[in-house]
Amino acid sequence: MDRFLFLTVDGLSRGAVYAAFALALVLIWRGTRIVNFAQGVLAVATAYLAYSVAGATGSYWAGFAAALAAGLVLGALVERLVMRRVAQAPPLNAVIVALGLVLLAQGVLGMLYGTQYLPFPAPFSRTAMTVAGVPLLSRYDLFVFGTVLLLMVGLALLFTRTATGLRMRAAAFAPDVSRLLGVSVGRTLTLGWALAALVGALAGMLVIPTGLGLHPTAMDLVFVSAFTAAVVGGLDSPAGAVVGGLAVGLVLSYVGGYLGSASTPLAVLALLVVVLLARPTGLFSGTGARRV
Amino acid sequence: MTDVLEVTGLTVGYDGVSVLHEVDLRVRAGTICAVLGANGAGKSTLLRTLSGMLRPSTGRIVFEGTDLRGVPVEHLVRRGLAHVPEGRGIIAELTVAENLRLGGLFRGDRRELRATMAGVYELFEPLRERRGHLGHQLSGGERQMLALGRALMARPRLLLLDEPSLGLAPRMAARTLALLRRLRDESGLSVLLVEQNVRSALSVADDGVVMALGRVVAAAPARALAGDDQLRHAYLGF
Repeated sequence: MDRFLFLTVDGLSRGAVYAAFALALVLIWRGTRIVNFAQGVLAVATAYLAYSVAGATGSYWAGFAAALAAGLVLGALVERLVMRRVAQAPPLNAVIVALGLVLLAQGVLGMLYGTQYLPFPAPFSRTAMTVAGVPLLSRYDLFVFGTVLLLMVGLALLFTRTATGLRMRAAAFAPDVSRLLGVSVGRTLTLGWALAALVGALAGMLVIPTGLGLHPTAMDLVFVSAFTAAVVGGLDSPAGAVVGGLAVGLVLSYVGGYLGSASTPLAVLALLVVVLLARPTGLFSGTGARRV
Repeated sequence: MTDVLEVTGLTVGYDGVSVLHEVDLRVRAGTICAVLGANGAGKSTLLRTLSGMLRPSTGRIVFEGTDLRGVPVEHLVRRGLAHVPEGRGIIAELTVAENLRLGGLFRGDRRELRATMAGVYELFEPLRERRGHLGHQLSGGERQMLALGRALMARPRLLLLDEPSLGLAPRMAARTLALLRRLRDESGLSVLLVEQNVRSALSVADDGVVMALGRVVAAAPARALAGDDQLRHAYLGF
């Protein structure tokens, strides 16, 4: 029972990060109908920058801030310089271009930093605190939960309470009509990619310290897990991404805990296949909203 | 009287096939101009070109004295030109209030936005009651109100309307046209109206333009068009 509790908490903590990462995928999917396969490597790139900045300044938080800022800039650049050029092309083009970006960025990062795992410490203790005799949450888990919660509240407020959020939603749902109403759809797209990459960078900063360390492929498995989470929830649904993220985190934690961590990559892929076969549109999409 | 819109020699083609040929058209300020013609005459293409969604191969579109060539679609509404597209363009996933807000958002002045929205709710009472509903939950008549109300949120001086009575009950369609007349008389709004229902369009319009196969075949005061039996039989089918 103790082990189950521990695995549950651990799964939710991982799941929170998957949720954030899935949310970033949903942001871009809603605006462009593109699955951003480059999102993992963009997050890794910002984490490398954080590593350099933290090394130079001696401050983890300076690195953290640098990663988030770099996420914003990188996301905007990728949209403006790369994705905008394939926006009108068949959907497969965007996928191929994104995959190309992955290879390119992983290669460049490997050349700059080497391909050995670099130490990427957490800012808080990862030792679980004991509650009523059971080792449960670590300080770092609390930090992860708090940050993801803050992020979600922030995004929800942005999209439902601000003019910019309304423009972004409108442009995502109906770009042509939005243009007639005076919305600069190009600008909202750039902003959407910037925001998504910021969220991705944040997720990377949260999850990399819990793995083997910093490596050009450090986010690959996280990407697959988050993609699964987004598909589980329905790529169109932010709420679905959050629920999907938590669900995938729990499943992986139980599988890893009871069957051994070697089986988790297999479990992610199996889950993805099952969801795609059983309900390809996800659990939360298709609520009947149709273009009028 | 000055022209709010002056179109000269407009030619538009899709994939090398021209759909509009040398179209000339003027809308006098503070009047309603009806564009009439059978299906496929090029009426919707004309509106889509005027609102910048299609690029003309030749010709000039002058709105309040300025050439609109190269002006991006999203800037037209800032200049005072609002377009209610074919099918109305209600954003189904947004609420009534959000659709309306979006219509006046470019102005960025919250207080003005709220005042304009109050005015729109006064024109369309049912929208006030349904302001929290999503676009796809509205009836056909309510969608029409929302489309018009959202266009009015921009406080336009020229309104482009594509088939406003399409799919509406006759009573609702008549009410829409009566509202256009009222807006023209009370706030000097100019309207370019594309309409299938020729009789009711000519009953509210000041001027009419008849199109056939992408060309303008007649342009005259609405009353003269309604009285021209030959023209009516040849192009308008009644």
